[in-house]
Amino acid sequence: MQTTLTDAEARDLRALVAQMIPASTTYKVPGADDDLIFTDILRSLERDTDDVRAALKHLATMSGGSFAGLPADRRAEVAATFKDQGGAPLFALNRVVLLCYYRDDRVMRSLGQEPRSPFPKGHVVEQGDWSLLDPVKKRAPIYRKVP
Amino acid sequence: MNDKVDVLIIGSGASGAAVAWSLADTKMRILCLEQGDWVKPTDYPSNGRDWEARLFSDFAINPNRRARETDYPINDANSQIKVVNFNGVGGSTIMYTAHYPRLHPSDFKVKTLDGVADDWPIDYQTLEPFFAENDRMTGVSGLAGDPAYPAKQPPMPPIPLGKSGQRFGKAMNNLGWHWWPSDTSIATVDYEGRGRCLNLGHCTPGCAQGAKASTDITYWPLALRAGVELRTRARVREITVDNNGMATGVVYYDADGKEQFQAAEMVIVACNGVGTPRLMLNSQSGKFPNGIANSSGLVGKNLMFHPYAFTYGYVDEPLDGNHGPPLCLWSHEFYETDKARDFVRGYIFQFGRGMGSIVEAINSTAAGRLPWGEDHHKVYRGLLNHRIYLAGICEDLPEEHNRVTLDPVLKDSDGIPAPKIDYTLGDNSRKMLEHAHSRAEEILKEAGAHTVFREHVPNSGWHLLGTARMGTDAERSVVNEWGRCHDVKNLFIVDGSIWVTSGGVNPTSTIQALALYIADAIKQRLSNATLFE
Repeated sequence: MQTTLTDAEARDLRALVAQMIPASTTYKVPGADDDLIFTDILRSLERDTDDVRAALKHLATMSGGSFAGLPADRRAEVAATFKDQGGAPLFALNRVVLLCYYRDDRVMRSLGQEPRSPFPKGHVVEQGDWSLLDPVKKRAPIYRKVP
Repeated sequence: MNDKVDVLIIGSGASGAAVAWSLADTKMRILCLEQGDWVKPTDYPSNGRDWEARLFSDFAINPNRRARETDYPINDANSQIKVVNFNGVGGSTIMYTAHYPRLHPSDFKVKTLDGVADDWPIDYQTLEPFFAENDRMTGVSGLAGDPAYPAKQPPMPPIPLGKSGQRFGKAMNNLGWHWWPSDTSIATVDYEGRGRCLNLGHCTPGCAQGAKASTDITYWPLALRAGVELRTRARVREITVDNNGMATGVVYYDADGKEQFQAAEMVIVACNGVGTPRLMLNSQSGKFPNGIANSSGLVGKNLMFHPYAFTYGYVDEPLDGNHGPPLCLWSHEFYETDKARDFVRGYIFQFGRGMGSIVEAINSTAAGRLPWGEDHHKVYRGLLNHRIYLAGICEDLPEEHNRVTLDPVLKDSDGIPAPKIDYTLGDNSRKMLEHAHSRAEEILKEAGAHTVFREHVPNSGWHLLGTARMGTDAERSVVNEWGRCHDVKNLFIVDGSIWVTSGGVNPTSTIQALALYIADAIKQRLSNATLFE
């Protein structure tokens, strides 16, 4: 198994993830092709490397050679078709992109989330109104009696 | 190292740990062989920033995806539900969501009550003291007074309702349907050296705080202190027998892949509903050419999962997201058989909070909700922390064609034949799933969901049951009413494989109560020298 992408594959992948999750000035977030995020994507392929390579091969075929080399409007068209036809390899590729994008500090802050591990600080969950249970407490047993 | 022991336990998970602890007071020499490692709390994903991503790598729930050295592959290509598990000290109690209901009294009498499957040879009352003992040992939180059960007293208060729980509670009250805070194996107060829950929200792949009960931190410390030996990285290939058909020990591979023989006076199998039949079918000999203790031909047959009716929706108000234990409430409104329905038996609902940011993105992309391009960000912000979900856990009736066999090609890293799963949903299960999905949609709409979705979740084979069933008839069961194999009088099974029917609840509480009950039966018969009669 080849564990890293070729330069051509990496260029196509970067162009693709820019179509998937572009930067947004409205939400003040980078795109998935941002340097830090894309480096994380390349580093995180691991178990999905074969699927990602298969997806990129499919994409390159659809592009007539190089997806990254297409004009911008044509890239958008090919990406839209690829989204529908990519199958399981694209699902794996998508998963790697999302798990790297949605752990980036800038993205997390934009979502109102603290960029940290759950442990040791944890979170606060309100106890809630336990009187909501009062009508249930008044019910007779609902389990079946066994002879 | 391999001197003969009195008791050899295979597997250190839910049932193996419980039986080891219970038998420790006999002062016999007890050894447990575990194919996995100890997992350090500092290794759990919630310690790091990549906590959610590791659900897709070294803490993936599916062993084929996780593919640790300590895992074995499973051919699940012909199964509509895929097996999920964990191999290590604590077994799948490392990798579970700590939802901890018991079976109901009616679950033990399905033939008598509903004319399907078979009755168990034991009943709820028999297990009741062992349920209580296991609740104390495990540390269970919950609330007494649930009308869905005979009286019981969880030792700790329930986990918080949160925004999601209150929303569901109000909806269920409006519908007039039962709901109640779940029994969970999560410490809500400091308990027996375990810290209380901090709402890490990532309970399933191990709890860094140690609030979630896994047997590596509940039963095992006490069992080890009492003198039980636990040997890790010991993968058992087969149980051996003598000319009289009595178990003599096991052949296993150590951490270096070297073959070892461990002799024992008695053997207890605790590898659950896939691992146990795999081991028994691999234990072929002149005496047992079709696998050990398999004169009934039922080893591996009657595999039961719990088909999940996973249903979810999105509300306008931000809710708890992934903060807090994911499962907080249950409903037993549809648990017992209702003759007005087109199926027998029933299901519980388990109510959940939301998803983490990554899982929400992945699931919503797969479902076609989350687009690529400019709209991605806007749509995503309407999804994250706005999800509420529930799942109907449907009783799966035993059917012999649903089974575990040995794969003719696939092997683990030690060359031991891997299990192959053949499983299709039965007609009763399909009707029950439809009912559960429909009721769930009503609940979600009543709870304010503006959009509602059903989802088939292939990786939902958490509960592995029925493949070495118990009974009094040796032609129709593998073990007797106290867990001893009909064919081999010093071989016992204590895990989920001995279940006669599945009920419609998460099984760990009952698996452990059953293991304690069998350990007690062993001790009673040891005391009057009738154990091997």
